[in-house]
Formats: sequence, structure tokens, C-alpha cells
Amino acid sequence: MIEASGVTHYYGPYPAIQDVSFDVRKGEVLGFLGPNGAGKTTTMRILTGFLPPTSGSVTLDGYDVVEKSLEVRRRVGYLPETVPLYTDMTVSNYLKYMGTLRGMPGSKIRSRIDDVIDVCRLGDYRKTHIGKLSKGFRQRVGIAQAIIHEPEVLVLDEPTIGIDPIQVVETRSLIQELGREQTVVLSSHILPEVSMICERVLIIHEGRIVAEDTPENLAQGLQGVDRLEVEVGGPSADVLPALQKIEGVISVGHRNNQGRHTYVIQAQPGRDLRDEISRAVISNGWSLRGMQMMGMSLEEIFLRLTTQEDL
Amino acid sequence: MRTVRAVAWKEIQIFFLSPTAYIVGLIFLFLTGVLFVWNLGDPFPEASLRTFFLGPPGFITTGTILVMSLLAPVLTMRMIAEEQKLGTIELLLTSPVRDWEIIIGKYLASLVFFLFLLAMTGFYVILLFVYASPDAGPIYAGYLGLALYGAAALAVGLLTSTLTNNQIVAAVVAVGILLALFYADQAFEAVGGVAGEIFAEIGMTTHFYDFARGVIDTKHIVYYISVIAFFLFLSVRALESRRWR
Repeated sequence: MIEASGVTHYYGPYPAIQDVSFDVRKGEVLGFLGPNGAGKTTTMRILTGFLPPTSGSVTLDGYDVVEKSLEVRRRVGYLPETVPLYTDMTVSNYLKYMGTLRGMPGSKIRSRIDDVIDVCRLGDYRKTHIGKLSKGFRQRVGIAQAIIHEPEVLVLDEPTIGIDPIQVVETRSLIQELGREQTVVLSSHILPEVSMICERVLIIHEGRIVAEDTPENLAQGLQGVDRLEVEVGGPSADVLPALQKIEGVISVGHRNNQGRHTYVIQAQPGRDLRDEISRAVISNGWSLRGMQMMGMSLEEIFLRLTTQEDL
Repeated sequence: MRTVRAVAWKEIQIFFLSPTAYIVGLIFLFLTGVLFVWNLGDPFPEASLRTFFLGPPGFITTGTILVMSLLAPVLTMRMIAEEQKLGTIELLLTSPVRDWEIIIGKYLASLVFFLFLLAMTGFYVILLFVYASPDAGPIYAGYLGLALYGAAALAVGLLTSTLTNNQIVAAVVAVGILLALFYADQAFEAVGGVAGEIFAEIGMTTHFYDFARGVIDTKHIVYYISVIAFFLFLSVRALESRRWR
């Protein structure tokens, strides 16, 4: 559906994205994951034809986003990061306007407005001025305008940013519903969110794609057993070497937090050392006060991917 | 064409719902009303719109065209600048709409509202015809001239609105350009020679006099239409360039 190859974009002398290549299959839900400033928004803007790439090419349904921009734009529904709304229009007038701009015939627009208002659960706010809606409802109006013309591809830039947790959950399930029938490309800096919604995840960092993975694999990294935090009651001078001696341990960090000694143990990748550690502690006559799997934070995953080193 | 109409219709609705447009309308009607009445204050008033078109005697060319030069940019300053500020430009430019359709739609909307305001001054004309028997020629021609002048001023305003996301900057720059075009013929006297004549021809005021005298000359109509086309063309280009900036 979408094929991007070697896409690079410069803002002045600064590269926003460099040599980004990916493809999106029809019906797939693809997520772009990356920290702020990684180049997600730039990528979305290029996909939708808002920005032309400095070099490289993107085709959507066989149409080049620069050469055949109008054809591409006809097939894309787009929700930019800052939801662009005309605050002095009512919800239904706004949707009607956006439908007309997308070239829909009037009769079609009327029936579709009913549909999208239903899908986005905006029923009570049809005649409300957009300026009076809360952030979460504005987000829904934003999604409603993106899907009104039944686009083949839906591009959502940070669709859950800045709205409250309940609305985040609702928005996610809405996107999941849409993803069943449409090709969806979305960006986010929240890993669990991407894992939940997307079938495939591209991790983008400093303008480059550093990894491509399924959410399952990413989630494994998040809850991995190879990093444990253990709190032990006992003299740290003895505990530290004892822990280091356990087979499979790569490194042990020690932290003394007002008499509470915690140790961060890094095991060899994939090894579950919980039993060995607890046995070692108990057999030395110390007390095991707590043990916790730490996994990797998003930042650490990024760090690992971008430095190409094991932690 | 449908998209042009949709863009224009939305903007027209905003005009008729926004306080700014009504304030501009109020000031416009007040100032043009003063200009109209000025003539009647004369001991032997003549039944014409002379002061309305050309300004009070001794303050030649400070008539309605000067009022329009100052107010037209206020009508257009919002049009693209606000879209850029709100980010809605991103929606417009990612919809299957050509850049010129956006510009023409917005321009037509401002033109409709401006012509509506101008039509309101028809009240003065009615008064004249009721209480006297004015020479109709200069009135019709003068109105055609005003419409063309205003249409050109709106095109200038639309360009500056495309160039910035700050409405105030858009309005001030447009007023600057319009005043420069307004006084360009004064430079004629200062400079003289061929350069002076070029200034006089470029100036928007020079081309208005004949209309006010009741003469409809094709060359002046062509001049104003060229100005409109030129500034609209630049606006489309400026909007396009947004993608490359």
C-alpha cells in the first residue's frame, strides 16, 4: 500500500529524517515509535503530501506523493499532531466542510456524517461549537474528519497525546476498530500503546529507523527476566560478591537507600536467575526482602538499539 | 469548482458571523458617510458623489479609495494567516484541493463581503436620486472604479495573509503596500521624467480618476484586473512555497 525508500528530509541544514525506508501492507496497522523529535511527525507529513521529501520517494497505492499528490491526498485521511479544528464551526458543519473538500458528493456526506458521528461517539455534540468541546472530544472530531471520506489509508500523528486516561483507552479501541478495515499508520512515543494497537512497529530514533519488530518481541524486552532488583538484609560487603558469584550474572549494582540495601542484577539475556538468587541469599543466612523484575524501559530499549551494545 | 465554492461559502459565513467584519463595516460606512455629507455642507451643494469618490476639496484623493486601502487588509488579514496559526492549513493542504482553489475561494469570499459593504453605500445614491437629479454617469462609473479598486486591495491583503501567520503583521504590511501604490503618483511630481511616469502608471490612484469623472476606459479596467491577477498569482505561489519552507 505504502512504499517508502530512502526518504530524507532536511529542515535547513538539519536532517529531520535520513534514509528512511519501509513499506506498509494493505490492511495493516503500523506504528512509528520514537521519542520526541525523532522524526515521526516529519514522516507523517511526507506520507500525506504536506511536505515533499528532500530526497527519496514515497508511493501510496502506486501514486508518488510528490508527482501525484492529489491522487494520494484523495486516498489518505490525516490527523495531525495538533488537531486542526475550526473552533467557531459546529461539529457537523466542520465534518461537512471537510467532506466537501475531500470531494464527496452532498448526499454521501450527509449519510457519512451520521456514520462517523456514531463511530466516534459524538452523538450529543453534533450542533456544538468545536471551541466548546474538551480536548478528548476534539480528538474524536479530529479522527472523525480523517475517516469521513472512507480513506484507504489513515495516518494518525500522536492520536492520544494530551487527553485523559479514560479517553486514551477509548481512542485506542476506536483506532483498533478502524484498523480492522483500513490501513492505519500511527505514531506514538508510548510503547505499550503501540504494542496494543499495532501489528508491526518501526522504531525511529534521531531520524533513522533503528528497528522493526512485532509488538510481542518488544513487550518481551519490556518485561524481561534478565534484570532483577533484589533487596537483601545483610552486610553488603558480603552480599555483593556472593551475588556476583552466581552463574549467569553479568553485573551487580549496589544501592544503599537509608539502610535498605538493594542490588540490581543483570543476568545473561533470557536467563531466569530468580531461584538461584533466592537460594544464595537464604543459604548465607541473610533475608530476602524483595525481588522484582525490572525489564527495560523504553529509553533503555532506545539506548540499546541506538548504541548497539548490551547493557 | 465545488471546493472553491465550499471554501468561499465557509469564509462568507465567518464574515457574517464575526464581530471584526461588522466593526470594519461600521467604520467603512461611517467614514464614507462623512465623505458623502461633506459635499452637502457646501453653501451651494451639487448633487453628486464627488467627495465620496475623491475626497473633500483640498484633500484630493482622500475619498473612499483611501478608506478602502486601510480597511480591505483588515478583512483579508485573517484568511490564510489564521489557518497557519491554528494548523488547519495542514488539513487544507493534505486534502485533495489545489492551492489555487484555496486562494480563489478565500478571495471570492472577501470580495462578496466587500461588495456587500459597498452596496450599503447605495443608500447615499438613493438619497441623491430622491432629493435631486444627479448626473447618473459618474455615479455608475465611480462605483465600478471603487469595486475594482477594492478588489485589487483585497488581493494585496490576501497575499500578505499568506506570507505570515500573524494577522496584525499581514494587515500592516498590506496597508503599507496599498499606501505605496496609493501615493505612487505623487512620486510622479517628485521624480519627474520617464521614471515619474512609470510611477504614475503603477499607482492605483491614477487609474481611478477617470472612473470618478464618469469615464470608463478599458485600460484602467485592464490595469486593476492585472493587479488582482498578479497578487492572486503571488498568493498561490506563496502558499505553494509553504511546502518547501
